[in-house]
Amino acid sequence: MEKFRKLISRAIPLPIENIDTDQIIPARFLKATNKQGFGENLFRDWRYSSDGSENADFVLNDSRFEGQILVAGNNFGCGSSREHAAWALADYGFKVVVSSYFADIFKGNALNNGLLPVQISEAFLNKLLQEIQKYPETTIEVNLEEQYIALEGTSYMEDFEIDPYKKMCMMNGYDDIDYLLTKKQAIEAFEMQRTF
Amino acid sequence: MKKTLFDKVWDAHVVESVENGPEILYIDKHLIHEVTSPQAFAELEQRNIPLFRKEQVVATADHNVPTQDQHLPIKDALSRKQVDMLTENCKKHGVTLYGLGHPYQGIVHVMAPELGITQPGMTMVCGDSHTSTHGAFGTIAFGIGTSQVAQVFASQCLLLSRPKTMRITVNGKLKEGVLPKDVILYIIAQLGTNSGTGYFVEYAGEVFENMSMEGRMTVCNMSIEMGARGGMIAPDETTFEYVKNREFAPKGEEFDKKVAYWKSLKTDEGATFDMEYSFNAECIAPMVTYGTNPGMGIRIHDSIPETDNPSFEKALAYMGFKKGEQLLGKTINYVFIGSCTNSRIEDFRVAAAYIIGKQKASNVNALIVPGSQQVAKQIVAEGLDKVFEEAGFEIRQSGCSACLGMNEDKIPAGEYCVSTSNRNFEGRQGPGSRTILASPLMAVATAVHGKIVDITKETELLKEAAPIM
Ligand code: SF4
Repeated sequence: MEKFRKLISRAIPLPIENIDTDQIIPARFLKATNKQGFGENLFRDWRYSSDGSENADFVLNDSRFEGQILVAGNNFGCGSSREHAAWALADYGFKVVVSSYFADIFKGNALNNGLLPVQISEAFLNKLLQEIQKYPETTIEVNLEEQYIALEGTSYMEDFEIDPYKKMCMMNGYDDIDYLLTKKQAIEAFEMQRTF
Repeated sequence: MKKTLFDKVWDAHVVESVENGPEILYIDKHLIHEVTSPQAFAELEQRNIPLFRKEQVVATADHNVPTQDQHLPIKDALSRKQVDMLTENCKKHGVTLYGLGHPYQGIVHVMAPELGITQPGMTMVCGDSHTSTHGAFGTIAFGIGTSQVAQVFASQCLLLSRPKTMRITVNGKLKEGVLPKDVILYIIAQLGTNSGTGYFVEYAGEVFENMSMEGRMTVCNMSIEMGARGGMIAPDETTFEYVKNREFAPKGEEFDKKVAYWKSLKTDEGATFDMEYSFNAECIAPMVTYGTNPGMGIRIHDSIPETDNPSFEKALAYMGFKKGEQLLGKTINYVFIGSCTNSRIEDFRVAAAYIIGKQKASNVNALIVPGSQQVAKQIVAEGLDKVFEEAGFEIRQSGCSACLGMNEDKIPAGEYCVSTSNRNFEGRQGPGSRTILASPLMAVATAVHGKIVDITKETELLKEAAPIM
């Protein structure tokens, strides 16, 4: 996993609530047996019409917007456990997703793939969305080390929370397998002493 | 200290706590399928890590398998590759596989309980969010991502922070024609799709105590649709009776010893939950969804709410419905009875009892997809296949099918499908498809009438259709 400390980037606004993993990556694209290439079909059915042409109304096809940060409506990533959703976002080039709420499994999947979910207040989310939509050049700073997100060039900022263990993993590029493998003895001891 | 059911099972599985961080939770059973496992096996191989406890892993092929001609090679090349890869990986790593053609094959959440793999007090995971189904047995069961599948392969453990607990109590008696599916759709409609995020739910009260195991599985299955990682119901005589004598269940004295332990898995009187809700069974009616998430549901006689919100309006526009209107009387051309929510034998018994002697409406395509090979066999043994066929329903072989449309079973763009599955997301059943979630009884009634009807108005017929509980 790549290390993550801080990111300064423009952002892409997607003010839709309850974006589920079937929208992020529809089931018919889950047939690959590796992790690469899912970015092509990210938000497939919103991005392209059924004839395969680009849907001009969709924000990823709007040349005014670009960047490695996705700013999305409340309750992002609900639905299935498919990690393909996190792979698709990362493969497309996103490093951070900002929302006022994340579904549990998505959040875990994102963190396991070096994609940082940043949960902020509804008010700050609305502010961010407004600013980006009005001024697409706006840049945002996401600072994991100090746990804040800020609208560059303004005084608007907010702190965000992250599990200290997960923060350590993201900052050092470790993952859970590395950690669990160091615990083999404790796990075997646990198996031995179980009565049920 | 007084403990909840969840606390008792969780605490019995904590290997160690990381300072200032998550806990190491031991996993008893790990179910895998073709879609979310290949990258996890690849991860093991890249890092040169052996599979730690292969006897605790069970595999099946369900998500993208065809439901016709399962004895022939899969036509779709990508699906075939995924299924072949599962076979190859299982062979290489010594994992038991109930693949296509095996008498135990089926949707992972249907086949594991019916084989007795799922038992009270266990921890179970699968790379699939509806793993919550197994909570019906008083099991901590939840869906995981592929990175976590690899973690369990490597260590039989996961690093998790302890979720908060919620109890949802429903007391009273359900009205005729109201099934477990309606109960859970009602709860989700009341609480919303993210009300459960961060929580593990316990369902309690008379309604669940009186429910069959099949009904409890339907309820726990949809816990994830309110954002909860899982849902569980305290094991009782109904549970023990169901588990007893199943293929992989403990037998004889071993079984009795287990039951003695399972009986202790109840929330202690006075234990506290982080959140509590309670509902009255009499308020619940047959449910239908009108929007693009499972929380957008109404009772059959209610009207679509008049909410002003862009996401709400986007959902209605997708579905082609208007604020304030009812769904009663809407013409429907597709009906799907299947998925890990409602594809167990009881579901088909209820459906068959209703349609006996009737015909499906001519405008309707009605698909019946059993959840497992064993369910399919039972359908034939009970003669239900004749009832369905005579009424014009099409019976397929087992798999996830039109629940997610990964195989050929898709609903065409723009068409409505009354479906017994669990998700009505945009395009879930095929690009442009419009899903209306409902119980198996509402689904068959729709198929017979060619439109949405109020099943409670057909009480005479209902008497014949033995209620599911
Ligand atoms: S039936 Fe549907 S919800 Fe259930 S496991 Fe299969 S795809 Fe998932």
